[in-house]
Amino acid sequence: MRTVIEMVWIVPVLPLLAAGVSALLPRQRRRTAAALAIGAMAAGFLLSCVAFAATLQPAAPGAPFRLVRNFEWLQFGSASLALGWVLDPLSAGMLVMVTLVGALIFIYSLGYMAHDPNFTRFFCFLAFFASAMLGLVIANSLLLLFICWELVGLASYLLIGFWFHKPSAAAAARKAFIVTRIGDLGLLLGMVWLYRETGSLLFYDQGQGCLEQAALSKLVVSTTLGGLALSSAIGLLLFCGAAGKSGQLPLHVWLPDAMEGPTPVSALIHAATMVAAGVFLVARVYPLMQAVPSGAAQVSTALQVVTWIGACTAIFAALIAVAQNDIKRILAYSTVSQLGYMMMGLGVGGVAVGMFHLMTHAFFKALLFLGAGSVIHGCHEQQDIRHMGGLRRLMPVTFAAYAVGMMALAGVPLLFSGFWSKDAILHAAHLWPLSKGPFVLGAAGALLTAFYMTRQMCLVFFGPNRAAHASAAGGHVSAQPHESPAVMTVPLLILAVFAVGLGFLGSPAWPWFQGWLEGSTTHFQAGHLSEALPTMLLSALIVAAGMAAGWWLYGRAPRQSPREADALQRLQPGLYSILAGRFFVDEFYAATVVRLNAGAALLSDFLDRWVWGGLVRLTAWLTGQFSEIARMADEFLVNGGFDLGCGRLRRGGRFFSGLQDGQIQHYLSVIGLALAALVLWLVWGGAL
Amino acid sequence: MTPLPYWLILSSILFAIGLAGCLVRRNAIMVLIGIELMLNAANLNFIAFWRYGSGAEAAHGIMFVLFAIAIAAAETAVGLALVIALYRLRRTVQVDEADALKADDKPR
Repeated sequence: MRTVIEMVWIVPVLPLLAAGVSALLPRQRRRTAAALAIGAMAAGFLLSCVAFAATLQPAAPGAPFRLVRNFEWLQFGSASLALGWVLDPLSAGMLVMVTLVGALIFIYSLGYMAHDPNFTRFFCFLAFFASAMLGLVIANSLLLLFICWELVGLASYLLIGFWFHKPSAAAAARKAFIVTRIGDLGLLLGMVWLYRETGSLLFYDQGQGCLEQAALSKLVVSTTLGGLALSSAIGLLLFCGAAGKSGQLPLHVWLPDAMEGPTPVSALIHAATMVAAGVFLVARVYPLMQAVPSGAAQVSTALQVVTWIGACTAIFAALIAVAQNDIKRILAYSTVSQLGYMMMGLGVGGVAVGMFHLMTHAFFKALLFLGAGSVIHGCHEQQDIRHMGGLRRLMPVTFAAYAVGMMALAGVPLLFSGFWSKDAILHAAHLWPLSKGPFVLGAAGALLTAFYMTRQMCLVFFGPNRAAHASAAGGHVSAQPHESPAVMTVPLLILAVFAVGLGFLGSPAWPWFQGWLEGSTTHFQAGHLSEALPTMLLSALIVAAGMAAGWWLYGRAPRQSPREADALQRLQPGLYSILAGRFFVDEFYAATVVRLNAGAALLSDFLDRWVWGGLVRLTAWLTGQFSEIARMADEFLVNGGFDLGCGRLRRGGRFFSGLQDGQIQHYLSVIGLALAALVLWLVWGGAL
Repeated sequence: MTPLPYWLILSSILFAIGLAGCLVRRNAIMVLIGIELMLNAANLNFIAFWRYGSGAEAAHGIMFVLFAIAIAAAETAVGLALVIALYRLRRTVQVDEADALKADDKPR
């Protein structure tokens, strides 16, 4: 057991080494870079499985397995900062998920990126991305988590902007970086505040950590502005970071734009590494979020906010997804929506509920994204679903895998993992004591999810193929869509197996996942199934209704050409334009925040250019004038005087040298005159 | 006996004639003659002051004048030699033409 915890750090370091080595490789060593990255992930997966196996035994009944390894990182004065890593079911589960999904995505990238000239760089970034996420997962210190968190942000920036020669990709990368940075500010503030209050950023440290009883009981009783408990206030600040990373409502705008990156990157961001980080953070600091004073039974303010934001995000993004036409953008909004579910699950049901959805979602969303990548690859980089259609016959493997993913996301009952995890969330929301609002919003979101996924399936895989119209209209020569190579379809099939099978780990009858996270042993109890039966029936009904509506609108009379108006557009043109415009959030931000920023920039520019710059220029001008005066004085006074003196001297010299003419009689006459003068002076001057 | 001022006036006139000859004549011989005249005017002064002075019994004035005459003769000999040398060199005895120290100033 001890050796396991000593080895956990190797898991994130392996891909980091792979990234480092492939960064130094010449560009032609494509196979080496890919082999390094995939090998590191595979080795990491094996190690994670060992760690995972270790966590299966709870430390004591009711207490989950937990081992930590802390070390001092920085000492200043009497204070010190410690870093460390932790192995508990939460981190072990994430480790296995990230390494497995990551490895599959890496393998898939072999096929997807085969023709890219920067293949080596791509795998370097991928490995770096995975490494940062793995570090984040095992961190036992909020500081280490924050460091890895920012590395994840950097890696996502690099990967979203991988095709940086496309202006839209560069802009999307910048947007992702800046928007998540807004949330990170909250995270940083929360972290600083937490350190001030508890003196430690370690999560678990033999009773001294900031998530343990001693610190929490102190945080809970002190209140801050408006009677908010300190724990909730800090929790909310930390949630800001989570909202930024996980694309929650006010900060969701970057996530759909992140589709500009290569599709494996989208899959990685949306499934395994980036957006899961926010949900994971909330799950990690869950003791802090849920803390309420002892004896009080109410739900903490932080969790209420998390729940409501999650529920609103779930329905909001699902609505937008209904009217999008880019295959990846639909999936992006569905991710935002599902992240909302996860947050809501964390808020209403606890870590197990939220994390269970995170796990199942990671697999089926990776599956969907890789499937979408396969579709895009097969359709020659065409991403608009209006130009697809009929791919069911042309790409049978992709179709099968995609259908599994779609049904898991929509929550088709019993067989698919998404059903169980989403149902757990809805069930918990139903039991939430404060309000039925999140439940209603979640149920409506589920309906919409089923609807838009059916719409996407119908447009992409059913009906006639409309690519010919595009080629006729656009004049492109486009070959028939084709199935992708095995290196891309095999990961799809593996993911599909997980997308189906994972659900049974958390069904109400056998809640193994929950028991594992909480450290209790789980027994099969069919009775619990009947308890949850009403919600299950309801959600099955909702899913059926959503899929039926989708089929009725889009499958019954398939769209014949790309130019045709959308079925929903014909029914509700006003609503459709709002949804297609994504509620104009981007436009709203552009009109407010961005414009404000631009105004401030303009003002700064004006101040710099005219006020401060003017002062500088005035000083420069004055100095110039002074030196001009000095120059004049030098030139005309000093030089002039000197020149004058010299001229006189020269003329004097010339005069005297003129006297010296060599004529003896001239000299003599001067002597004679002098003599005469002397005589006159002696005679009449009175000297005699 | 003729009073002293007459002799002094005569001497002055002699000196003035000598000086004028020195200054205005361009011939080197005439300049030398002017110089002789001025020397002799000075000699005349010596004799006159001796004769009319207090120590007339001592032959101081005569001694001065005899020495001056001897020196003047030597000086005239040197002067004439210079004039001849000048003539040989420059083919002229005009003093205003001998205004440079270097012989080959004006090639002949």
